[in-house]
Amino acid sequence: MEIAGQQELVMDSSETQLNLEAVREKLAGKTGKEFWRSLEEVAETQEFQAWVEDEFPHRASISEVDRRSFLKYMGASLALAGLSGCRGMFLPQKKIVPYVNQPEELVPGKPLFYATVMSLGGYATGLLVEQATGRPIKIEGNPEHPASLGATDAIMQGALLDFYDPDRSQDILEEGRFGTWDSFLAAARARLAAGGAIRLLTGTIGSPVLAAQIEAFLRQFPSAKWVQYEPGAREGALEGARQAFGRPLNPVYHFREADVVVSLDCDFLGDLPGKLRYARDFADGRRLEGNDRTMNRLYAFESTPGLAGGVADHRWPVRPSEVPAIAQGLWARINAGGDLAEGAGQVPAAVLNSIAKDLMAHRGRSLVLPGEGQPAELHALAHAINAALGSIGTSVTYTQPVEISPEPQAPALRELAGELHAGKVEALIILGGNPAYDAPGDLKFAEAIKKAAFSVHLSLFGDETSALCTWHLPETHFLEAWGDGRAYDGTLSIQQPLIEPLYPTAHSALELLSALRNKPKGGYDLVREHHRAASTFSGDFEKAWRKALHDGFVPGAGAVVAVTPTVTRWAAPAASGEFEVVFKLDPSVHDGRFANNGWMQELPRPWTKLTWDNAALVSPGSAEKLGVQTGQMLEIEQGGAKIVTPVWVLPGQPDGVVTLTLGFGREKCGIIGQEVGHNVYPLRKSDQPWLLTDASVKKGSGQYKFASTQIHHDLGGKDVVRVGTLEEMRANPNFQPAHAHHGGHGDLPSLYPKEIFPEGDLPQWGMTVDMNACIGCNACVTACQAENNTPVVGKSQVARGREMHWIRIDRYYQTDKKSDDPLANPQPVFQPVMCVHCESAPCEPVCPVAATVHSHEGLNQMIYNRCIGTRYCSNNCPYKVRRFNFLDYPHLQKQFTGGERPKLLKLLNNPDVSVRSRGVMEKCTYCVQRINEARIEAKKERRPIRDGEVVTACQQVCPTRAITFGNIADKDSKVAHLRHDPRGYLLLEELNVRPRTTHLAKVRNPNPEIQA
Amino acid sequence: MAIPQIDPSLIEGKQNYGTIDEMIASVVTDQKRHKRIWFIVFGLAFLLMNCLIVAVTWLLYRGIGIWGNNVPVGWGLDIVNFVWWIGIGHAGTLISAILLLLRQPWRNSINRFAEAMTIFAVMCAGLYPLLHTGRPWLAYWMFPYTNILGLWPQFRSPLIWDVFAVSTYFTVSLLFWYIGLVPDLATIRDRTRNKFARTICGAASLGWRGAGRHWHRYEQAYMLLAGLSTPLVLSVHSIVSFDFAVSIVPGWNVTLFPPYFVAGAVFAGFAMVLNLLIPVRAMYGLKELITMKHIDWMAKIMLATGLIVFYGYICEVFYAWYSATNVELTLLMWRFTGPYMWFYWSLILCNGIIPQLMWWPKLRKNLVVIWIVAFFVNIGMWLERFVIIPVSLTKNYLPASDRLYMPTFWDWMMFAGTIGMFMVLLFLFIRFLPSINIFEVKDLLYKMGGPRTKPAHHEEGQA
Repeated sequence: MEIAGQQELVMDSSETQLNLEAVREKLAGKTGKEFWRSLEEVAETQEFQAWVEDEFPHRASISEVDRRSFLKYMGASLALAGLSGCRGMFLPQKKIVPYVNQPEELVPGKPLFYATVMSLGGYATGLLVEQATGRPIKIEGNPEHPASLGATDAIMQGALLDFYDPDRSQDILEEGRFGTWDSFLAAARARLAAGGAIRLLTGTIGSPVLAAQIEAFLRQFPSAKWVQYEPGAREGALEGARQAFGRPLNPVYHFREADVVVSLDCDFLGDLPGKLRYARDFADGRRLEGNDRTMNRLYAFESTPGLAGGVADHRWPVRPSEVPAIAQGLWARINAGGDLAEGAGQVPAAVLNSIAKDLMAHRGRSLVLPGEGQPAELHALAHAINAALGSIGTSVTYTQPVEISPEPQAPALRELAGELHAGKVEALIILGGNPAYDAPGDLKFAEAIKKAAFSVHLSLFGDETSALCTWHLPETHFLEAWGDGRAYDGTLSIQQPLIEPLYPTAHSALELLSALRNKPKGGYDLVREHHRAASTFSGDFEKAWRKALHDGFVPGAGAVVAVTPTVTRWAAPAASGEFEVVFKLDPSVHDGRFANNGWMQELPRPWTKLTWDNAALVSPGSAEKLGVQTGQMLEIEQGGAKIVTPVWVLPGQPDGVVTLTLGFGREKCGIIGQEVGHNVYPLRKSDQPWLLTDASVKKGSGQYKFASTQIHHDLGGKDVVRVGTLEEMRANPNFQPAHAHHGGHGDLPSLYPKEIFPEGDLPQWGMTVDMNACIGCNACVTACQAENNTPVVGKSQVARGREMHWIRIDRYYQTDKKSDDPLANPQPVFQPVMCVHCESAPCEPVCPVAATVHSHEGLNQMIYNRCIGTRYCSNNCPYKVRRFNFLDYPHLQKQFTGGERPKLLKLLNNPDVSVRSRGVMEKCTYCVQRINEARIEAKKERRPIRDGEVVTACQQVCPTRAITFGNIADKDSKVAHLRHDPRGYLLLEELNVRPRTTHLAKVRNPNPEIQA
Repeated sequence: MAIPQIDPSLIEGKQNYGTIDEMIASVVTDQKRHKRIWFIVFGLAFLLMNCLIVAVTWLLYRGIGIWGNNVPVGWGLDIVNFVWWIGIGHAGTLISAILLLLRQPWRNSINRFAEAMTIFAVMCAGLYPLLHTGRPWLAYWMFPYTNILGLWPQFRSPLIWDVFAVSTYFTVSLLFWYIGLVPDLATIRDRTRNKFARTICGAASLGWRGAGRHWHRYEQAYMLLAGLSTPLVLSVHSIVSFDFAVSIVPGWNVTLFPPYFVAGAVFAGFAMVLNLLIPVRAMYGLKELITMKHIDWMAKIMLATGLIVFYGYICEVFYAWYSATNVELTLLMWRFTGPYMWFYWSLILCNGIIPQLMWWPKLRKNLVVIWIVAFFVNIGMWLERFVIIPVSLTKNYLPASDRLYMPTFWDWMMFAGTIGMFMVLLFLFIRFLPSINIFEVKDLLYKMGGPRTKPAHHEEGQA
């Protein structure tokens, strides 16, 4: 059989053999040029004809496939077809869109920086935003902008997380159903055309272009009225100026020109719009670098411990109602030009005499600051005192108000609430804000909104107000919208978007107003047209416009107005109740608008180190009187409104004052901020926004668990924080503040060389942290979190002691031994601590897998991929700066747990920093990615890295320039100089771990006349 | 060679070689000897072991964040339990190796049980360092193996020393135990009527025929292994203590730790042997082989090591004061008066005061008292590790980083689970292997003068 088969095959091939003779014949018969594909073609074989005619010549005919194979192929095809449907589930979904034309300037891997501004409460601060391949990844301050000088606060850092927040509103909603922009415009235009009472409600507006749009809107719809409501409105300041000068003006302080500063319940480092600039100037006035031995002096009277009180040379906790008497006491002394006998409340006459004397001794270089929560009369009085001291024109100047409409907001809002309750409002258009949540409790605004026949809420989130309005419109974030704004000193800036809006449904207030006016235009055109029409720029518009965008501001601050205050006599109100209730904006979540921001919620508040909560702050004395302890509940009642909120006993809080923080207890918020803390707005009154003098306060029932990052009220950090006075420093040039017995560098006998610098000329990185400059504002903590992709862990994890911040600000209290009650008025000292990169690091030898090792440049490096997570390094770290991923934090963050949207948050990450997995140790790297970037640049230019070229994230953001970084092996570098400053000391030097970070001791400048 | 005088009360009753074979081997060969109590204890232990499975599964799924550890307190119950379990094992090695070399014949009836305990305890202990790492699937990086990165472990790290110390300890203990079992497995092989048992024991006894050459080689191997394990008794817990003593953590960097830990381990180990043997000897009628003499001597060792440990506590206080270091003094006061003061004072009560009862000969004859004292010692030794490990970590050089530590449900679940695993293994051992060394007891009987026709002086406790 086999043989036969072979023969058959042979015969077959012989049959199909080409007849070459026939081919030659065929070719010979052709004329001209003949093209042929193959010999078979020429031979015109049957097979070739069949091949040419067949559409799919090589396919296997279905008849050739047997039944079993057919079923096999069918089954496989079906299964594979099914698999392809799983794309996105477990097959990778690949969408690659290449640049058809590579955008100019854009080099993948190289970040770009664009200038823009962020406005909060009507005041703008200049920013430089880092953009990596088209997405904003880090916010920095604009070094040229007068309100920033390169710094930002924690909130501005956090704005980035807000931008990528997956909970941001993405859908236009009509009564909870999906709507479209067109259907909205049709409905709204019809409503507006019908006339009737149209009310436009906004926050405080400082943007000229938005103001112009509002004006145009009001012109087009004569029955419309514009109402402003900002929970943190600066009514006291504006009204105070009106009383003093007859018109509202904006005081601008110049701390560089001030040697003596008195804060009358004014936290100018935490509350004022110019706080970043003020912090820089104030710190510059206290800097003791080199042989400088001069410092300004700050006296602070505070009703709630704030940042200014923390750095003050003298601090008195006082009831807010006592402040006017203190101001009048100073005023009287300055008028009398000498001492007076009567004191003010708890403040003895001698203290006021000394302060007044100090102020008068520094005429023209002194400053009295009225508090934001204080009444207008006090502001007027402070202006008068400053005038009497000759400070107007030097340490304080006045500009036109930054607010477009500096009118008091409360009366208008009350009127609007009345109209709404009466059902008189036909159309209510709310641009931003969240009045249903943050309007004063007495107005019952949430119910009022429901009564409007037609209401629109434009906002970033679907919040309490959105839920009550007919229409909800998603708003664009400032990083994706055009606009403008004015800084604390009137400087104009253009708000330039970094990216197209993430959601096509989102619109800015500008776009909404222009569309409502039937003249829809994009933000870019609106801003440009406005400034072209307003002749903002002199000279060529295009040139000036480009320059303004590039620089981030239009040079020339608001014009200074020359004024002289007139002061009417004012009888300060006496305190009535046993307890006074003070309202404060939260330093992190502000009025509640940043409540859905994990970075903000998890940021330990400066004095309390409290995260994820607000609390009723009471003094230890008051707590004793009320019979409450931290975590117990307090019932606060006034005028029918009652709130129950847990207590936090805070040393340094004045007796008889309960401080409540706004911005918590959100009911309709994203997944982060929902039900965090307690809402205190219901207790707020529209006519007394900052202070209640007649509230009843008593102990409630129940316990509450807080999550704080420091468990003790440490009284004195022993030799950990070193604090001295300027007098001591002047007396002894080699003065080592406080604990002189520890000696300076090299004083301890040691077998080790003084400095360990390996061979070669590699830079040796080091850092100094000036505790004299640090105000404890937390900006560095959030900046580090943003730069280094640090996850948010949530309240329960913080309570367990697992917060992930690479830099923390330790708070210690310094008490006067002579004082009767050490808890009544302790002085806090803030000490930023991050990995100090020990030269002989105790973490390194104990790691069993050598996952933490030293670099030749002196960095203590953490090799995430090698780490197996024994946590031994952390145990052996005396500074406890190492952070461990106990759980898969990057993916357990609440934002990540909700389906498709959370992918958005991945865009937030800094592409130069690895995201750490579960079970891995991490810590401060001295921003090694920034070092590497500088090194690459330097190598390209064949030069060493310049001093100041590497700027760490914490250093860059610091408003007071407390952090310096650089090469300590270079004796001329700034950091090397500071490292050998007489104030410099190595934290825990006695352990001989040889930190690369040097702390510079804090120096206070108390008035020798005043004891304690 | 003159046979040293052996206390006749180490074997009680009318014994000959047959009765000894019968008494011990029948626990294995006659499965009907296991009453309901075995099933009850085993069942409970099995349930607890399932807790371990659940706890470890959840741990691997979620990460060690399910425990209470935090940033100052990197090590909590995980390492407390590790050190505790390692300590429990120490009595076994001490009894089998050191007492063998010292030719203490009284060890013969308790060494097998104690060695088994060692092995099971080290197995429980070994789970912790493996699972307490953040990424346990990479724990093999701690072993020095050749890899393409050319990367070795950090040999300066005490954790690497631990890896070698504990793995050597386990290997040597297991070999020692198994070698000792070979002649007895042959006895079972010969005595059992169960075909299955005969096959298994036959294979495991490695063809033991009791020939002179076998005995010769056996004795040589056994003595060699005893020589090997003797330094291990001291080294394992010394190295475990280096985890702490080598660090710069206040309350950890104490030079006294190695001897103090070894004494503590022997202390805890004997307490655990007493806790387990007292009920087992009653359950299986082994009172004539594990006599009151044995118990008396073990109680005395417990007392002696307890005093060494207590001396360690006094030294810790002295050093803290003598160092004049602020942070050490603060830590001392934190232990005395801080939020964990109850742990500290309970520890002093359990380890310092209660064991002093063992001074009275009368109480050393009272099995209930001894059992309770031993139980307190076990609790006390656990508390000691708790006070040393997490409590020291809660207090820091920088007071601002102080944080409290509180174990979670899962911490306790895993601890309970390891107790369950230990008990399950131990009860399987009692049931399926001879828990007293048959031939060594016979050897002892021989050395005491051979089979007895009338019972030796009987001295039973007042249980």
